[in-house]
Amino acid sequence: MKPPPFEYHAPASLDEACALLATLENAKLLAGGQSLMAMLNLRFLYPDHLIDINRIPSLCEITVHPDRLAIGAMVRQRALEVDPNVARTAPIFGETLPLIGHRQTRNRGTIGGSLCQLDPAGELPLLALLHDATVRTVAAGERRRTIPIAQFIGGFMSPTIEPDELVVGVDFPRWPDGHGYAFREHARRHGDFALASAACLLSLGDDGRIMKVAIGVGGIGSVPVRLSGAEAILAGSPGDPVTVEQASRQCADLEALSDVHGHAAYRRSVATALVRRAIAAALDRAAR
Amino acid sequence: MTPVEITLDVNGVARTCVVEPRLTLADCLRHELGLTGTHLGCENGVCGACTVLVDGASVRSCLMLAVQAQSARVQTVEGVAGASGRLHPLQEAFRRNHGLQCGYCTPGMLMTALELLAENPTPTEADVRVAISGNLCRCTGYQGIVASILDAAAELHEHMGTRPWDP
Repeated sequence: MKPPPFEYHAPASLDEACALLATLENAKLLAGGQSLMAMLNLRFLYPDHLIDINRIPSLCEITVHPDRLAIGAMVRQRALEVDPNVARTAPIFGETLPLIGHRQTRNRGTIGGSLCQLDPAGELPLLALLHDATVRTVAAGERRRTIPIAQFIGGFMSPTIEPDELVVGVDFPRWPDGHGYAFREHARRHGDFALASAACLLSLGDDGRIMKVAIGVGGIGSVPVRLSGAEAILAGSPGDPVTVEQASRQCADLEALSDVHGHAAYRRSVATALVRRAIAAALDRAAR
Repeated sequence: MTPVEITLDVNGVARTCVVEPRLTLADCLRHELGLTGTHLGCENGVCGACTVLVDGASVRSCLMLAVQAQSARVQTVEGVAGASGRLHPLQEAFRRNHGLQCGYCTPGMLMTALELLAENPTPTEADVRVAISGNLCRCTGYQGIVASILDAAAELHEHMGTRPWDP
């Protein structure tokens, strides 16, 4: 089908975008459009105004700070896939990005759009949660907020941003050089929404034991989650197979949805295997 | 809603039209500019038939508004062959290797493959399959398409710099 009628606005600055968002009724922001445009074509949405933020250059920057990677909301997924600074400081992006949709959608899709869409199977929300990222927003009147990702994820496809707030960027705290990383997911076809996904970051101490670890699971429940039980089991361990197995079994307690693509029990079972594989791969890659 | 005048470069020609903001780039190309080579299958970003290049990058033209293409450089299947009508080596390879049957997915396949070959002149079969994973074909079983793109890569590589269609 075709999109319903709407008024189109293409602000050239953040201030202008915020002013429009604060004053227009029933307005939607258009980022990469790889979900919104499909929803408009299917007439799931009837916005009166579309505010296109594709012409605001300041939202497209990637900056490496000593402690964090700052990614503008309108950075394209394809840019994250190939950016050498991202590859150097957060190599898990290079492994994850090719799993998101297809080349044609990554050329348009943005990180800010993915986070606000907050699809349960979305890879970027899971990566943000894995890193304890912080979402930066702005609203008219210079009202700025920084929202820890755990708070930003309010529920099924529901970020905790106000209707007049605009996500301007995401800060990913950097992990130590030589950290291990892995992203694993299972989808029926390349580029499909994953039935389950698992991601792991870890770094080893001088004694070869796991010093710091983060594990996240996506695609199986209404929101991506951290597997804090598994993190507690692994922390301080040498990452031996028995401990890894025990950690991956923490997936048994996760909330999981049943649908035509898979039952809850099946999704938990897939997640368990993916977590085990992600931890094993991250251990292999971690500098000893 | 308020129509907007846009100017875009389509296959090297500046085109101007007045469009409703809700018009997709795909419908603009087909209905306003008469370029019906770009096909629409699903209109919700799944099938890849409507793939065109915008500023050199492949996009689904059903998931982009025409007004967003203001000042952009758009390449469609109509611009792939030379001005004389001589087919591009990629098109020749599709013909040679049975890379199409009904032809519905072909424009999207060609545009996707052009982006791949521009970046990676010597793709493996796996590279090709990943590249076209966002383009659905219901006729060929993909084998002929993969063979066509690999054949075109070899052909283009062999004659690099010696043919009039080379950049």
